[in-house]
Amino acid sequence: MNKTRGIYEELKPYRNFDYDGFFSGLADKDIQTILAKDQLTALDYLALLSPAAEKYLEPMAQKAKAITLKYFGKTILLFTPIYLSDYCTNKCKYCGFSALNTQPRKMLTLEQVEQEAQVIASTGLKHILYLTGDAPTISSVQYMKNCTKILTKYFSSVGTEVYSLTLEEYKELYEAGVDSMTMFQETYNEALYDDIHVAGPKKDYHFRLDAPERACQAGMWCVNIGALMGLDEWRREAFFTGLHAAYLQDHYPEVDINISVPRMRPHTGDFQPLVDMTDMNTVQYILAYRLFMQRSGITMSTRETVDFRNHMMGIGVTKMSAGSCTAVGGHIHKNANSGQFDISDERDVEEMKKAIRQQGFQPVMKNWEPLVGES
Amino acid sequence: MDSQEDKFILGGRELKSRLFIGSGKYSDDRLIPSIAEHSGAEVITVALRRIDFESKTDNVLIHIPETMQLLPNTSGARTAEEAIRLARLSKAAGCGNWIKVEIISDAKYLLPDGYETVKATEILAKEGFVVLPYISPDLMVARSLVDAGASAVMPLGAPIGTNRGLKTKELIRILIEEISLPIIVDAGIGAPSHAVEAMEMGAAACLLNTAIASSPQPLVMAEAFGQAVAAGRKAFLAGLGVDQTIAQASSPLTGFLHE
Ligand code: SF4
Repeated sequence: MNKTRGIYEELKPYRNFDYDGFFSGLADKDIQTILAKDQLTALDYLALLSPAAEKYLEPMAQKAKAITLKYFGKTILLFTPIYLSDYCTNKCKYCGFSALNTQPRKMLTLEQVEQEAQVIASTGLKHILYLTGDAPTISSVQYMKNCTKILTKYFSSVGTEVYSLTLEEYKELYEAGVDSMTMFQETYNEALYDDIHVAGPKKDYHFRLDAPERACQAGMWCVNIGALMGLDEWRREAFFTGLHAAYLQDHYPEVDINISVPRMRPHTGDFQPLVDMTDMNTVQYILAYRLFMQRSGITMSTRETVDFRNHMMGIGVTKMSAGSCTAVGGHIHKNANSGQFDISDERDVEEMKKAIRQQGFQPVMKNWEPLVGES
Repeated sequence: MDSQEDKFILGGRELKSRLFIGSGKYSDDRLIPSIAEHSGAEVITVALRRIDFESKTDNVLIHIPETMQLLPNTSGARTAEEAIRLARLSKAAGCGNWIKVEIISDAKYLLPDGYETVKATEILAKEGFVVLPYISPDLMVARSLVDAGASAVMPLGAPIGTNRGLKTKELIRILIEEISLPIIVDAGIGAPSHAVEAMEMGAAACLLNTAIASSPQPLVMAEAFGQAVAAGRKAFLAGLGVDQTIAQASSPLTGFLHE
């Protein structure tokens, strides 16, 4: 396995970096020079995230579109999340599943997982991402393995988005048939991270920050990272996410590194986004990232609106969730518990496929064939 | 050689067109039959990981004309073992015995792993597959592939999706000179002129996907590529005029030697 310095060390030089000074020193010609380049450095990427680059969104979009077309073609991969359990021992200020909220909790039995899987599979989806809250004694690794066994019967790709696991645990999941891992750092700002994660195992910033690297080491085919936009200044979060992705891609060239750009959505609880991230900001982030990490997948969830998702298909986004429900058991019980957050794009899989076709793209349902596990 | 007799036989099948096409990047799989028709291509590569064997509606295979030769590829495989697994699955699912071995363990540049490719080729060829391995144009790897039982060698012209043309021209030229198998240029061909260049050099065929799929008019571009590949082949057969790098003096300086 590659020897690495670890992402924490890698990000160090940028922790006390003079962002304002850097941004204010940028002139139009700097942005133009960067746009003419084939390969961008980290600071080029930061420059494209700057206020100075805002008036270059159109040329950035043109270039991002051409790059996306070259590497991904006119296709959008569809997947859907399945919420296995909303028990959670953490107190994350921004999340509806937080132990701070006193709602009734639920965990799917294996029979219910099978029922949900059948309902979802009947829509034609082949890529699934399962999620649980952070309650290791309830939604244990063994429980996840049991669920994986069921899910692999119905789906060609099973992804995991759960609390941070050890290398051994990721290996166990990989062997059981999980091929991709998603882990959001939420915020790269360590002090803010500490503040909004009031209590619980998630409070360990380092253990979470290193989790994607452990998943790479465990053999996962695809690793998806992201910051939850709305917690800290977006340009900085976008920059750190890009650096993290580049670090993983450099050290684990065999892994397909992807990012997501989740923006905060309403949820049970009263936490409001600490910073506003506009549609324009989100577009700038996606375009800058596409020019920086040309072959990296970019996921956009149903947190975003129908109109926004439709427009983003051509200019960088490569994967979208569809027919999402963020409540445990929500696919078989319409009156399930309230979800982790409210979704915005409520189109079902058929409607989503139609919309993708209308944009001149092909909805791809299957893009993976299990290469390990028992199947 | 008379171009009328220019037969191209691969894996026991005679092919009229030397253009191979991809299937993975179109806005709609239903475009495939028209792309095939306009380009004249008879071989089409399909990523096995994309095929949903169970689905009646979302299965790319239903759009591939029956007359076409299916060339399933192992994209997604990072090791020989994974590629072999995919190839066997392909055969068992009725996709025939042709396989494009594509083993990529570098998601950054998407460059193929020659060592793993040779390993997979050896095993699959023994199992009766018509193996077409995708490689960086490396003479030693190509020689090992000949020994391993490959049916052709598919060197990249430039990294996948770059549309940059024949960046590896000199290395491909060496493969064409040295390797007895057909050399099929794969990846990097972004314009019909690139395909002409490859064919003029003596490549046996070209495989491309992005250049057609990303064109605003894919059908017209498919036709252009069909013609380009044919034109390049014809020029190769006709024999290009020799580049005269040393001037022929009208009264040779060494003429006295023969006096
Ligand atoms: S974000 Fe995750 S860990 Fe935090 S409360 Fe929500 S479910 Fe629990």
